[in-house]
Amino acid sequence: MSFDYDKWLRPGKLPHIWCPGCGHGIVMKGLIRALETLQLKKENTAIVSGIGCASRLPGYIDCCTLHTAHGRAAAFATGVKMAKPEMNVILCGGDGDGTAIGGNHFIHACRRNIDMTYIIMNNMIYGMTGGQFSPCTPTGAKASTTPYGNPDPGFDIAKLAIGAGASFVARGTAFHANQIDKLIVEAIQHKGFSVVEILDDCPTTYGRRNKYKSVIEMMNRLKDVAVPVKAAEKMDPEQLKGKILTGVLHKQDKPEYCQEYAKVIERAQGTAR
Amino acid sequence: MEKKLPTIEIIEKYCKGCHICVEFCPKQVLEMKGFVAAVKDLEACIKCMQCELRCPDFAIKVTA
Repeated sequence: MSFDYDKWLRPGKLPHIWCPGCGHGIVMKGLIRALETLQLKKENTAIVSGIGCASRLPGYIDCCTLHTAHGRAAAFATGVKMAKPEMNVILCGGDGDGTAIGGNHFIHACRRNIDMTYIIMNNMIYGMTGGQFSPCTPTGAKASTTPYGNPDPGFDIAKLAIGAGASFVARGTAFHANQIDKLIVEAIQHKGFSVVEILDDCPTTYGRRNKYKSVIEMMNRLKDVAVPVKAAEKMDPEQLKGKILTGVLHKQDKPEYCQEYAKVIERAQGTAR
Repeated sequence: MEKKLPTIEIIEKYCKGCHICVEFCPKQVLEMKGFVAAVKDLEACIKCMQCELRCPDFAIKVTA
C-alpha cells in the first residue's frame, strides 16, 4: 500500500530544491515514515537545522521547525529542549554544517547527552556553496578547493560522536532506504543524545569531480562499502578494509541532561527556602 | 483469473529525471520518456514499491 507522505508535507512546497538524484530526499522520506510510525504530534515535534542543502529539510515538513544560523542547530535545539522538555527535538544538517562550522556545538551536545536526535546527512562535500571540501571528504578526493586531491584525512562522524559522549550512535546509507526510518525510530525512542549518520550522495558537486558517471554508480558504491555491524563481527580486518559499518553502532544508558538539570533546580530551590 | 493491476502515478511536475526508479526496478516496469519517468510495462509490476521508496522527489505513488 502506498505511504501517504502528504500528511507530513507543507502544501505547495514541492518540488524541493535538491538536485536530481540527491539522497536528501530519500532521507526526508525516511524521517517522515519514522514520524508516522511513532505517531508523533505535529505540535509536539520540533525539527531544527542550520544552513546547507540538508538543512533545507525542515522547510518541507509540516511541524514545528526552526531554520537557524550556520552550524548552530545544536545550540538552538538545546534551547528548545530546555524550555520545553516534553517536545521531541530532531536536528538535521549536513556534514559541513555539523562537523566543521558546528563542530563545537556538536561535540558539546554529545557530551551533555541531552535528549535529542541529530540526523547528519553526510555527502562528503559542501554542496550548496559549490563543492568545497568538508571535514568528511575522503583523502585523495577532488573538490573545487582541492583540484589535485584532498590531503586531509576525513572525520569518522560515528566515532567522533561516541568519543564525545553521545549515548546512541547509528549509521545508515541513502541506498538502504528501508533501514533509514528504523534507525531514526530507534534514535528518537532512545533517551539521550542520538546521532544518526546517513551516508549520502552528491552527484552534482562530488560525483562529477570524482569520476562517478551517474547517480546509480554513486548509489551502488554506497551499497558496496556498507557492511552491517553483525556481519562485520564475523569478518577479518583484511576484509573490512575500506568498508563502512552500518546499523546501530553504540547504545548506552546515561543520565539525561534535562532530568539532571531539573534535579539542580530542585536542589537550588530546596536550599533557598 | 485476471491479475489485478496496480496504479503507478508519476507526478511529472516533481520528477527531476534522476533515473533511480528506472534502474532499481527489478522488473523494468519504468522507462525514461524525455526528462521524466514513465510507465513502460505495467503488467510486469510486482508491487515491490522500490520505486516509491527510493524516489527522492516524492514523484511516484504506487497503489496496489
